[in-house]
Amino acid sequence: MEKIPSRDITPPTVGHHTPGESETQEMYAKRRHIYVREIKGLFQKVRRSANWALMLVFFLLPWVNWGSRPAIWFDLPGREFHIFAATFYPQEFVLLSWLLIICAFGLFFITVFAGRVWCGYTCPQSVWTFLFIWLEHRIEGSRNQRIKLDKQPLTANKAWRKGVKHAAWLLIALATGITFVGYFTPIRTLVIELPSLEAHGWSYFWVGFFLVFTYLNAGWLREQVCIYMCPYARFQSVMFDRDTLIVSYDEARGEPRGSRKKSLSHTQAREAGFGDCIDCDLCVQVCPTGIDIRDGLQYECITCAACIDACDSVMDKMGYPRGLIRYTTENALEGKKSHILRPRLLGYFAALVVMVAAFAWAVNDRMPLGFDVERERTQLYQTTRDGRISNVYSLNIRNLDNQDHTYRLSVSGLPSLTLDDVVVSVPAGDSRLRVVTVLVDASDLSEPSHPITFTLQAQQDERIRIEREARFLGDIRR
Amino acid sequence: MNNLWGDSLSSFWSAWIIVITLGTIALSVWILMSNRRTDKIPDADGNVETTGHAADGIEEYDNPLPKWWFQLFVLTVVFALGYLVLYPGLGNYAGILGWSQESQWEQEVADAQERFTPIFAQYQEVPIPELARDDDAMQVAERIYQNNCAVCHGSNAQGGYGFPNLTNDDWLYGGEPENILATLNHGRNGLMPSWQQLGENNIENLTQYVLALSSLEHDAERADSGESTYMAVCAACHAPNGTGNTALGAPNLTNDIWLYQAPGQSVADSVRQTLRNGRNGHMPAQAAYIGEERVHLVAAYVYSLRFND
Repeated sequence: MEKIPSRDITPPTVGHHTPGESETQEMYAKRRHIYVREIKGLFQKVRRSANWALMLVFFLLPWVNWGSRPAIWFDLPGREFHIFAATFYPQEFVLLSWLLIICAFGLFFITVFAGRVWCGYTCPQSVWTFLFIWLEHRIEGSRNQRIKLDKQPLTANKAWRKGVKHAAWLLIALATGITFVGYFTPIRTLVIELPSLEAHGWSYFWVGFFLVFTYLNAGWLREQVCIYMCPYARFQSVMFDRDTLIVSYDEARGEPRGSRKKSLSHTQAREAGFGDCIDCDLCVQVCPTGIDIRDGLQYECITCAACIDACDSVMDKMGYPRGLIRYTTENALEGKKSHILRPRLLGYFAALVVMVAAFAWAVNDRMPLGFDVERERTQLYQTTRDGRISNVYSLNIRNLDNQDHTYRLSVSGLPSLTLDDVVVSVPAGDSRLRVVTVLVDASDLSEPSHPITFTLQAQQDERIRIEREARFLGDIRR
Repeated sequence: MNNLWGDSLSSFWSAWIIVITLGTIALSVWILMSNRRTDKIPDADGNVETTGHAADGIEEYDNPLPKWWFQLFVLTVVFALGYLVLYPGLGNYAGILGWSQESQWEQEVADAQERFTPIFAQYQEVPIPELARDDDAMQVAERIYQNNCAVCHGSNAQGGYGFPNLTNDDWLYGGEPENILATLNHGRNGLMPSWQQLGENNIENLTQYVLALSSLEHDAERADSGESTYMAVCAACHAPNGTGNTALGAPNLTNDIWLYQAPGQSVADSVRQTLRNGRNGHMPAQAAYIGEERVHLVAAYVYSLRFND
């Protein structure tokens, strides 16, 4: 096996705080600040629309009401999780597990197909980071202006711009924090109570928590989150294959790179020994993770396609065909045939379809009724005056539906089984305890223990019906 | 400070824990500091030094950590030291906050009291017969009953061997609200003396007489002989007609309800056993355990059981 040569692919220190020319490294690596250049183009349009859509959904959902409550309300103290018409309870957390597993498989599927598009287009870390960079550009100016601004000593102008920028960031972070908490406590009361210091202490804590970390993550840490913290970034490479769409620089077409006179036509440049890359460095300047895509695919790349838009705009200016940097596959780059439909992708897709279908069925088939039967713990059985055997059970009945119900209890399993007529009314989302005594003629009991079945049937809705098996104990010495 | 080893550790073990804890932190700091790199400069060919670890020919870089990450490590050390100052962790040192498991538990109990006391106080204002008709109150009361009383009286409140049935109208000490309250608050001690000294013959006669009082099958002759003994010895508590006395907690002997009839035991055997050995019923006082407010609710619950039919 040939040893893979190690190359230092640290980007040139254009516009970075250079650590100086010393021969020794400071303790632990200092982070280079990445100045991200703004770029327009097809993929940035797509990304920006996706970001807007996601932001709007995130910020507006808590304000949507469903009846008299918020449509989405994860009521932790009340242990109820309202999602539009449905209400879920902690007992149903397995559904959440499945939902998260489905989301994970969805991520795997899309990664096999198109690499880290999740990161570039939809990940909240990217969405907020791009939003913060956009603000930075509006307040401090373009990339070059920002580099200059950071280099110059503190002037009134600089202080003012920096102040406004951080204030704007903090404002957005505050809105993010309040919105996030608004999913757990009704936002309409929250926005009234927060300023008047009437809200719950924990609400302040979590608003502050998300404020601080939104500000830090999107304002200061940015690509560090993707490179050093995010677990997905670490294992995404195992999902890539030679047919995965990745952002690639077409080395065959671009090299040898170099600047040339703009007057040269495409063919003249070729004849002069130039590849299509004019080494303008734009693809490096627009990259939010600060890599040079021309060094090949790197784990920092979040597939945001900013370099594609940047390069395409340069190719347009030069009058060269687009696509020197483009979404393509490893096979396609090498001139081989690319297969979109391959076993790995189809396998993920099949798993995804099966799981989504099973999940939809489970959610739809949910029995909005909880029913537990507990035997009396103090006595196995009692003998009544008229010689019958009685067993006592504690029944816990939980109405998990959105409306009040009246349930009728019946019991079966032995011929002479008798039970007082039990009708229990349980308000929506509440529970009731009922202690029942079940009687049997001693002659029915041939064994020390018989299985019996309790059935609980909602009177208003015949689909709501649940059965629980219990044991009926009799005289063991017979 | 209370812990696994009793109230406090001997000074040796206390020192032992302190040394290990602080030593571990010091070791972490030393590892962190000693892993500084000072020469990670690419050579002329652009090759960077590696750790020398290789897997499948792929060598591992020896790049330094990001600085902010290193600072996070330092922060964890600061956090640990701060924690050890504030909270117990260094042997017998209790921490300046004075936190302990007990104090936290006591705080939670106090918080709960603060939350529930007003609710219970409200219920305590309501007379028991009225409270017994209040569904919400009875739900609360039933939970208190299930947690504190059901273990003896059964979750259906029908009692058992030696534990009175609370759902019928046979009351040892009376079934009025004030009787129930007195029973719950202060407990009861039911004492039936042993009448061994009367001799087996008298005991058998008395047994037959008691069976007769409840209109059960009995030996009429023996019952007749037992009557005079009953009047002389038993009537003082159980009343001449056998209907008992709620002031003393003497059971009614005429209604065929037997507190001490073990499963499978005949009434006659149970009565003989009672006469020979006596009985000693004990209802613990509940006020000390659950407080008078909750007792008031439970009393109302017990009172409400009579409406269930």
